[in-house]
Amino acid sequence: MWNWFHQLGAPRSFYDISGRMLPWFSLVASLLIGTGVVWALLFVPEDYQQGHSVRIMYIHVPAAILAQSVYAMMAGAGAVYLVWRIKLADIAMQCAAPIGASITFLALVTGSIWGKPTWGTWWVWDARLTSTLVLLFLYIGIMALRAAMENRESAGRATAVLALVGVINLPIIKYSVDWWFTLHQSSSFSLTEKPAMPIEMWFPLLLMVFGYYLFFFTLWMMRIRIEIINREYRTDWVRRLVAS
Amino acid sequence: MIFDSFSAFIDMGGHGLYVWSAYTITLVVFTYNIVRPLLMRRELIKVQKRILLQAHIEEQAQALDKGRAL
Repeated sequence: MWNWFHQLGAPRSFYDISGRMLPWFSLVASLLIGTGVVWALLFVPEDYQQGHSVRIMYIHVPAAILAQSVYAMMAGAGAVYLVWRIKLADIAMQCAAPIGASITFLALVTGSIWGKPTWGTWWVWDARLTSTLVLLFLYIGIMALRAAMENRESAGRATAVLALVGVINLPIIKYSVDWWFTLHQSSSFSLTEKPAMPIEMWFPLLLMVFGYYLFFFTLWMMRIRIEIINREYRTDWVRRLVAS
Repeated sequence: MIFDSFSAFIDMGGHGLYVWSAYTITLVVFTYNIVRPLLMRRELIKVQKRILLQAHIEEQAQALDKGRAL
């Protein structure tokens, strides 16, 4: 097991293994999201309060969940890099940021569009929305910091530290709906508890959440593989790969 | 199926504009996230191929110079 991890940490074996996994991940992601979207748009009953705008939930909630998970994974990769100096962890951290930023953007925009018909406003400066906006700025700050630093190693360390400091924002986002008075409803989706919504509304949401995760892993692998080629260009195997 | 007609599907009980704009933006962001790394990869390989070729040409030129010097 440990050996296997060790191997995966080597850029070359990651490149090989991820190359074999990529088609499966993208296939399952498209199946899950495809099924989920058709279900959400055509078969989910209309909500007794929100009407058909409830269909926005199926693209908003997974985006919001993923936005935070990606941040946690990115910060985790940063911690691994700080402690063990594994190059691949730095690459993983670098490649997660732009995807995470775009997913956070998506969560904010779809939430805003959903807010108009249900709350009567596009935006309120309450705890949930503001802390999610801070999450977007953290992603952007992490990308900007890396871009601003010449030396790759110190850039990796600095962004890892920033990412770890930003982790404090995650529990704030999560508990904001309980700690402060807010327009945002508290979470009604959970894997471990009995769902707070009827099963025919919950199940397609489950598909979408899994689909979004797999979609993220697909994108993450795609970007990591590119960054490996970019950083390992001096090695023989990358030269052979480029030449072929 | 929830809707009786295509126009009801588009209208979404008056919420059509919200639902469809949210789905469109999601589609755009997803597409961008897929296309962007594909383009990056193509560009990177193109650039590195050129560098490899350049290095190869220089090596040959050096070998040629050495040959002349002898």
